[in-house]
Amino acid sequence: MRTRPTTRVLQYVAVLAYLVFLGFPLLWLISSSLKSPQEFASITPSILPKHVEFSNYSDALTEQGLIRGLGNSLQISIYSTILVLIVALPVSYALARFRSRLRPLTNGWILVSQVFPVILIVIPLFMILRPLHLTNTIPGVVIVYMVWSLPFALWMLQGYVAAVPRELEEAASVDGASRLRTIVSIVMPLLRPGLIATAMFTFISAWNEFFFALVLLQDPQLKTLPLVLARFVGAEGQVQFGPLAAASVLATVPSLVFFAFLQRRLTSGLLSGAVKG
Amino acid sequence: MTATLTAPPQLNRKKQGKPKQNREAILLFLPALLPVLILSVYPLIRGIALGFTNARAGLHVESKFVGFDNFAKLLHNNLFWDSFRIGVIWTLSVTILQFVAALGLALLLNTDLKFRGVARTLALIPWAMPPVVVAIMWRLLLHPTNGPVNEILQKLHLTDHPINFLGDFSTALPAVIVVGIWVGMPMTTVTLLAGLQGIDRTLYEAAAVDGAGAWSQFWYITLPQLRTVIVAITSLDMIWNFNSFGLVYVLTAGGPGGKTMLPMLFAYNEAFRYGNFGMAAAMGDVMVVIIILFLFFYLRNRLRSEA
Repeated sequence: MRTRPTTRVLQYVAVLAYLVFLGFPLLWLISSSLKSPQEFASITPSILPKHVEFSNYSDALTEQGLIRGLGNSLQISIYSTILVLIVALPVSYALARFRSRLRPLTNGWILVSQVFPVILIVIPLFMILRPLHLTNTIPGVVIVYMVWSLPFALWMLQGYVAAVPRELEEAASVDGASRLRTIVSIVMPLLRPGLIATAMFTFISAWNEFFFALVLLQDPQLKTLPLVLARFVGAEGQVQFGPLAAASVLATVPSLVFFAFLQRRLTSGLLSGAVKG
Repeated sequence: MTATLTAPPQLNRKKQGKPKQNREAILLFLPALLPVLILSVYPLIRGIALGFTNARAGLHVESKFVGFDNFAKLLHNNLFWDSFRIGVIWTLSVTILQFVAALGLALLLNTDLKFRGVARTLALIPWAMPPVVVAIMWRLLLHPTNGPVNEILQKLHLTDHPINFLGDFSTALPAVIVVGIWVGMPMTTVTLLAGLQGIDRTLYEAAAVDGAGAWSQFWYITLPQLRTVIVAITSLDMIWNFNSFGLVYVLTAGGPGGKTMLPMLFAYNEAFRYGNFGMAAAMGDVMVVIIILFLFFYLRNRLRSEA
């Protein structure tokens, strides 16, 4: 394509504007987390901290609730990710390979679960979990997350399963392997990228989730990181911005690490889901 | 002879094959079935039904069927309709502006510019962040006394006094909408970009041969080719935005004076602050109906113009 120089310049200006809009907030958050309290109080804030200080981080980490929140979030996210993978793998295999009546039903459910406002679901969930003594517990939140990240996991994994050539499985079955054996030793190794991507999505959505946790976890001991952070903000009057910014950066780190790892595959993964799913 | 010999077994296998496949499929579905039925399908149905009862919070509270009572009450609840109006303004503004911004970015990322990789990574960051952190971050940015946005506006002499964006009646909703756009842009951009990359290059070459400029190429090739992707992502964005909660809950909690009270926040307060489960579920029911009607008309019009 031949692009005129003026157009080219305009394009770069536009990209720059987008980068500022998308990137500046994050830059500001990180820079805030490195500023001293005195610098925070100054009336003319500067973009970069004049003296880099890590005291906000140590302050944030000595905060009891924060460490506990971090641990709770980690536990809940890991458990629900493992559960989702265990449950989603066989189902997405069945969805991609068999033309059974369960297929339109499942796809319908995936769609409906996206459209429904969570308020309609959370009240009955609360009423179901309470007599089972699962409100205010980590297992309760884990199973709720498992069920509610399932639609997206199924949607993603289905695409990956469909991409595994059927011939491989047929060859295995000619050699006398059972269906289970075929899934475990032929399909699963080929699905590794898909499983990793799905695991990351599930982990991040559990790590970031706010609404279900807000309703289901009242015990301060069990609150997840987003809940702890949100409570800090609530007490606006005496809130310490530096440590709050530091804690926010820490809460974003796992997602960013996973993201950097995943970035390459992301576009193609989404596409395969969209085309095949 | 051979045909008659081999045909029957094949027929047989076909007859057996179907049920056997179904049985296998059901076996594979089993581990998911119970949790999904108990924690998703049942709550969905129960949630809809709750809207027709006077259920309240509390362990041993009896609830009974009250027909359309809740809905009749809602009809006269001005606060609820206010929150609905705010919800619609929020949903439409965020979805439309986000779409326009994301389309622009996707088009840029689809060219051969330098820094594409950087831009792509940066564009995806908002997606990875917890909504609560996004809200905290924007509260820092928009802070009336030591936020950089006010600082910049004052330096540029666009305002002579600091603006309390999230606390002011007239600026709260627009400010929240900007944050909503920021958060949702990555998903929309990535989807549109994937769509752009799927367009056949030869279409553009043919158009260029016919003397079509950049604008008419965009208008007559890019947009029509992207139509399915656009309809899909804007529908999803609309649903997500209408149902969004955490971001605004932490940004403003519906304030100031209810100016950013989205329907979800309103229903949440009704359920978990005042304990009126039945009434809150009725609000949810109204929201579902609105979403479905809206999608129905939107998709019908889109699909019709395609035909």
